[in-house]
Amino acid sequence: MAGVGSACLVVGLLAAIYAGGASVYGARSGRREWVDSGRRAIYCLGALMIAAFAILEAAFLRSDFSFALVAQGSSTETPGFYKVTAMWATQDGSLLLWATLLALFSSAVLFLTRRSLREIAPYATAVLGGVAAFFLLLMVGWENPFATLATPPAEGAGLNPLLRHPAMMIHPPMLYTGYVGFSIPFAFAVGALITRRTGADWIRATRRFALVAWTFLGTGIMLGALWSYTELGWGGYWAWDPVENASLMPWLVGTAFIHSIMVQEKRGMLKVWNVSLICATYALALVGTFLVRSGILESIHAFGASTIGVQFLVFIALVVALSAGLILLRLPDLRSEARLDSLLSREAFFLLNNLVLVALALVILWGTFFPLISEALTGREASVGPPWFNRLTTPLALVLVLLAGIGPVLAWRRVTPRSLLRVLRVPVLVTAASLVALLALTDAGESVPSLVMFCFVAFVLAVVAQEFWRGASARRVIGGESWPRALVRLTGRNRRRYGGYLVHAGIAILFLGVAASSAFVEQRDVRLSPGDTIRVGDYAVTYREATAKLGGDSAGTGAPVALGAVLDVRKGDETFTLRPSRNYYSSADPSLGAISRFFEGEATSEVDVRWGLRRDLWLAVRPDLASLEGPLREADRRFADSPGNVQALVIAALAERYRSEPPPASFRAIVSPLVVWIWIGGAIAVLGALVAGWPSPEARLRRVRSLYAARVGQELSRA
Amino acid sequence: MDPARKRKIRLAVALGVALFLAAALVYTSFSASTEASKPSQIEPGRSYELTGRVVNGSISRDGEELRFRIRDRDGTASVPVAYTGAVPDPFREGREVIVSGELKDGTFQAERDSLVTKCPSKFTKDEQSS
Repeated sequence: MAGVGSACLVVGLLAAIYAGGASVYGARSGRREWVDSGRRAIYCLGALMIAAFAILEAAFLRSDFSFALVAQGSSTETPGFYKVTAMWATQDGSLLLWATLLALFSSAVLFLTRRSLREIAPYATAVLGGVAAFFLLLMVGWENPFATLATPPAEGAGLNPLLRHPAMMIHPPMLYTGYVGFSIPFAFAVGALITRRTGADWIRATRRFALVAWTFLGTGIMLGALWSYTELGWGGYWAWDPVENASLMPWLVGTAFIHSIMVQEKRGMLKVWNVSLICATYALALVGTFLVRSGILESIHAFGASTIGVQFLVFIALVVALSAGLILLRLPDLRSEARLDSLLSREAFFLLNNLVLVALALVILWGTFFPLISEALTGREASVGPPWFNRLTTPLALVLVLLAGIGPVLAWRRVTPRSLLRVLRVPVLVTAASLVALLALTDAGESVPSLVMFCFVAFVLAVVAQEFWRGASARRVIGGESWPRALVRLTGRNRRRYGGYLVHAGIAILFLGVAASSAFVEQRDVRLSPGDTIRVGDYAVTYREATAKLGGDSAGTGAPVALGAVLDVRKGDETFTLRPSRNYYSSADPSLGAISRFFEGEATSEVDVRWGLRRDLWLAVRPDLASLEGPLREADRRFADSPGNVQALVIAALAERYRSEPPPASFRAIVSPLVVWIWIGGAIAVLGALVAGWPSPEARLRRVRSLYAARVGQELSRA
Repeated sequence: MDPARKRKIRLAVALGVALFLAAALVYTSFSASTEASKPSQIEPGRSYELTGRVVNGSISRDGEELRFRIRDRDGTASVPVAYTGAVPDPFREGREVIVSGELKDGTFQAERDSLVTKCPSKFTKDEQSS
């Protein structure tokens, strides 16, 4: 089967190259059949990639260790769900996922535009074919996911325990869908530039793809944050790690893009800006993939030097150089159709929001690559830490949230200061009231940036609520509809607009969580013996007893040993129990003894969180195995050659010894206020994006009508 | 004021602001940065980001404090480290780590929670994740 998989890749490579060549030739010579043939070659590529993907996935499910990739990334002990997802925990497997998603997205967009955009689409096909060819070339030439082993091992190495988390398994495909999705608007932007059709047609055709990509990328980032919070055992959700930054940068520039294309659609302005933004977004998405793959920057993600770093760098340089050259060449065709009428207009504020978003991305880009910049300029490798990022991004984030509140109430072209004041009167009052309430009732005043953020969040929410109220009450007056019906209808008829407002509200709520949890978090690191109590926040936490579990850890990750703790928590009259633990995975390291390899291999924290709308209590435990060291050495000596079931009994006895005579264990306790709102806000934003991107019946009707008109035209021209 | 002149002024203001922000970016990053160094390179009185391998058999715990030695990745020079705070899951003897702090009285006094561990060799080749 591995041979069939490799063949799929080679044929796919040829199909991608053919698709590019045929569609460009067809477009230049005016022979449509060649363009159609190129498009069908992309469909064919999609089918081939699905086949290759299915073959590799089947190998993982069967634990077929003759596939090198399966032997490295999976094992028979790996639970079923993680077998499915282990594929993209490997480099070659994730390249295949990338290429498969790209082929599917390309097929979808080319199918949807098969009867429109006749000039642009062939060149977009060529760009998509070229990108697909690059990824296939990487796999065929350097990182073949179908490489086989002459002598398959009896057991695979297994999936890295750190990656055994549900969020972690959905998170990479989400990010990749985001990265790949942006290649669609990028390809059509390049097509528009080549054919000098720089109007808004390419934007209308690919706007939805940009929105889908943006949504997936954002969801992926949020799931990554959730994984960090609940799995990594340090208690934070964002660390300004290079790879986190790498996913945030294209998202920020992509956010700027989906705002500024509205200005081009409505006013025919910002054309240079828009093509530059989408090219930058795409380049940053490639940089994101490159950073994960190359290990060029120190990061928990960049696990090892990769073999394909240079190829990626060359490809990114090529993409940047070609798109920059093309934009410069086409500058005369990208002139604005209108001028900015007033600084007090929606387009001016969109531009401002774009500048802030791009500035954020630039700050993060600079900080992420600072070790390289510093080494190039001064010869010393230095890096900037989270405090630097926080200091520079906080003011920008504040401005961004404020703009998210002002933008929706501004009209296109110009607004008079008086009408603006009238619309903003209620939101400003709400903001002032929240400021007073926060200062009087809480200690939010201790952190000024957070206090400002809370007020701005209140402002955004008030603006969004007012917009919904104004729209719905107009419908009530005109159509006599009930409140719920009016709200649903209002949103359904103006999906882009009200979906967008929901996104703004969601992002504001997300920032509420970020501001509260970063400024008012309480954390304690302590060593406790059973019976000891600590206070953290308003909670009294008592270490009741130690636990030891063999096989079947609570999270179902397949850990052979799990040592943990039971803690009783009291807050006023409320009492509950938390059970954090630590999973130990056996190591294949031959220098470790037969028994101690079960305790000294990989270990991961299984934290226990008491989620709450007001605050979370987060607990992690790190058992101290020093007391087991003597018995472990002895067991290694005496049971080295014993059969497996005897060793299992010894391991059970050791774990039981830990449970019955527990030494002091290290705990980390965190009380984090409002942190759950980060994910609630994120979910609201995703919902809003779905509303904004979902095709509305009217749009479908319009499309059917235009298709009908096109067909009638075709018939007439034939007659 | 005629519109062309107004636009020029706007452009100048925008460029000025951009230049100022860029200068602030460069200045703050260089002044806030810490240098990555090997144990053989560090001297007292400056803050560093120390990288290297954890020496085998050097890890001990003294109450809250974790003590271990870090040696050059490709050498034998090593320095004792005193650390408090969170220990990342993959921390082990022989692993590559990064920790920030400064050298005082012959011991590298690490900042709280600054320890970062690179991933273990078993998973080196194809580790993905986020």
